Amino acid sequence: MQPSETPPAQDARGTACAADTGAVPGAADSGAAASAADVPASPARQASAFASGDGGYDVLVAGGGIIGLVTAWRAAQRGLRVAVVDPEPGGGAAQVAAGMLAAVTELHYGEETLLGLNLASARRYPEFVAELEEASGRDTGYRASGTLAVALDSDDRAHLRELHAFQQKCGLSSEWLGGRDCRRLEPMLAPGVRGGLRVDGDHQIDPRRLAAALVSACERAGVVLHRAWVERLVVRGGRAAGAALADGTVLGAEQTVLAAGSLSGRFAGVPQDVLPPVRPVKGQVLRLAVPRAYAPFLSRTIRAVVRGGDVYLVPRENGELVIGATSEELGWDTTVTAGGVYELLRDAHELVPGITELPLTETRAGLRPGSPDNAPLLGPTALPGLHLATGHFRNGVLLTPITGDAMADALATGELPDVAKPFRPDRFTGAGASTASARDAAPGSARPLREGLPA
Amino acid sequence: MADDVFTLAGTPFTSRLIMGTGGAPSLDVLERSLVASGTQLTTVAMRRLDPGVQGSVLSVLSRLGIRVLPNTAGCFTAGEAVLTARLAREALGTDWVKLEVVADERTLLPDPVELLDAAETLVDDGFTVLPYTNDDPVLARKLEDAGCAAVMPLGSPIGSGLGIRNPHNFSLIVERANVPVVLDAGAGTASDAALAMELGCDAVMLASAVTRAQSPVLMAEAMRHGVEAGRLARLAGRIPPRHHAQASSPGSGRAVLDPERPAF
Repeated sequence: MQPSETPPAQDARGTACAADTGAVPGAADSGAAASAADVPASPARQASAFASGDGGYDVLVAGGGIIGLVTAWRAAQRGLRVAVVDPEPGGGAAQVAAGMLAAVTELHYGEETLLGLNLASARRYPEFVAELEEASGRDTGYRASGTLAVALDSDDRAHLRELHAFQQKCGLSSEWLGGRDCRRLEPMLAPGVRGGLRVDGDHQIDPRRLAAALVSACERAGVVLHRAWVERLVVRGGRAAGAALADGTVLGAEQTVLAAGSLSGRFAGVPQDVLPPVRPVKGQVLRLAVPRAYAPFLSRTIRAVVRGGDVYLVPRENGELVIGATSEELGWDTTVTAGGVYELLRDAHELVPGITELPLTETRAGLRPGSPDNAPLLGPTALPGLHLATGHFRNGVLLTPITGDAMADALATGELPDVAKPFRPDRFTGAGASTASARDAAPGSARPLREGLPA
Repeated sequence: MADDVFTLAGTPFTSRLIMGTGGAPSLDVLERSLVASGTQLTTVAMRRLDPGVQGSVLSVLSRLGIRVLPNTAGCFTAGEAVLTARLAREALGTDWVKLEVVADERTLLPDPVELLDAAETLVDDGFTVLPYTNDDPVLARKLEDAGCAAVMPLGSPIGSGLGIRNPHNFSLIVERANVPVVLDAGAGTASDAALAMELGCDAVMLASAVTRAQSPVLMAEAMRHGVEAGRLARLAGRIPPRHHAQASSPGSGRAVLDPERPAF
């Protein structure tokens, strides 16, 4: 939704849905994958040739999480010479994330523009996975098994019915089921389930395997991986010129992409007015194992709002069952707390009582990169040569395919595709300090106060 | 309305709407909702927040010049609440605390015994205590006697949006209180806020009604007007309810219309 558009029509329920759920302009896959012959020479040779001095790389990506890696991979496929700096490429929030590709069940009021981007990315997923698995030689655990969102009491049921009405208004495909129908689909659900929404289009992927595949694909595409911390951004003559590492090495680049997840907001050397307003939002996640004798236990993602709190269970084909997630504003703290584990298990147990028999194999906390409007910041900044690919919050895994394509476009042509334009960083001009700019230009939640009021 | 000042523990406020931040869909929406509400005092849950972190809820409040009121949400015992209040005082440098001690997760109703116990401890410790309490006139009086700076009865359970279920109790609390009475919890829409003010409350506190509305910014503006309308109505003095009609236009003194010049 562009700010200049007329406000969407309002109906009696109070909120219109303006998301473009059909074909998105410019959404046709623009990957234009380079053939193997275009791929630059071996990483080792390139590293020695370009490791220091000016103009070393075409693109330097600071941050090797899934967003940084997909940006690097897609840019390398366009024939650009690309490097990634990260002490542990493939790490970051993807190591904790559950990997729900839930554009439909994650729908929120006021985030219709973000919905458009989420849906566009979800549509690209099957092809993206096929291409990535081919390029990397690795499996990603992509599973088109669908999602069932259920309600356990009449309050939560009313909440879910409202979501269903909103989904339908947005043209999304979801089916309302009674409690017994939900349990016929998933017999392990608690008998108290009052009803649910079946969304076959909300799929899942294993973010750890996705990250590993992206590392391999980057290496095979000739992306140089520098396993080090970036000390600061290098700015010369009013242009971003690369990054300095902790050991003093300077990696020069024509264009630099800041893709450091929740750390993006405190990157040294970035001028204050282009520093992204991104903060860490902690999420605790549990991993259980489903023994072979219990399989499949659950056959699709189960989620619910239990007394107002969100909980989900994501079953993988390999027997892993992921339960998440808390949402806490505690800075860069990644402590797993008794209360966090308790709340997740309590709510999950209410939903699927049988989980008490499963081995609890891992408890971990990660940091979502949250932006003021919950949507990512993509593309060029006011500082020439500096791009952002950060602030993906809850949707980093879902938005990986479209982020790679959009960033490769921006890096190769200087222009973001239309589908990504509402997410330009300049909507927060003044680094989030100005609400006025966010209100005028931000996607999704940031809408003029009076927009949508009945005439 | 500018001279109608709401004084809480010696501090004047021109807004009588106290906001909470829980449930906001995004920081951006929260910020614009707070602006639209006109609030000057906003409560934050200390257990879900690190005061040292930039770019979080506290940064938004500081940017907007809104006073922060730490609360003890999530505490089930007086001991936890006292500890949380002390940590908040240390972290934020304020001795104001919105005291919440709830009895169970299902209802989130205050535990009256633990609440009074915690209130007494915190008052003795120099805190300005603003207790979230049941709509019980007796407990409200005991909290006031314990030295609380206000009493904040619930209209209905937290997040329920069921409005003020026992308006008569609110009248009883308001009649007896010598400290401000603030509706805390239960408001679902603007008329609930207006009713609280008409019943004589000094202010209204709410969060979910705004943060979980389909358009939080619009609802925040509605709440501001609801509070102002209810306050004006209280000051104006409503007419006594009557069983039968009473014509608003009196029978005498009607205009004499010129028969030569019809009105239309």
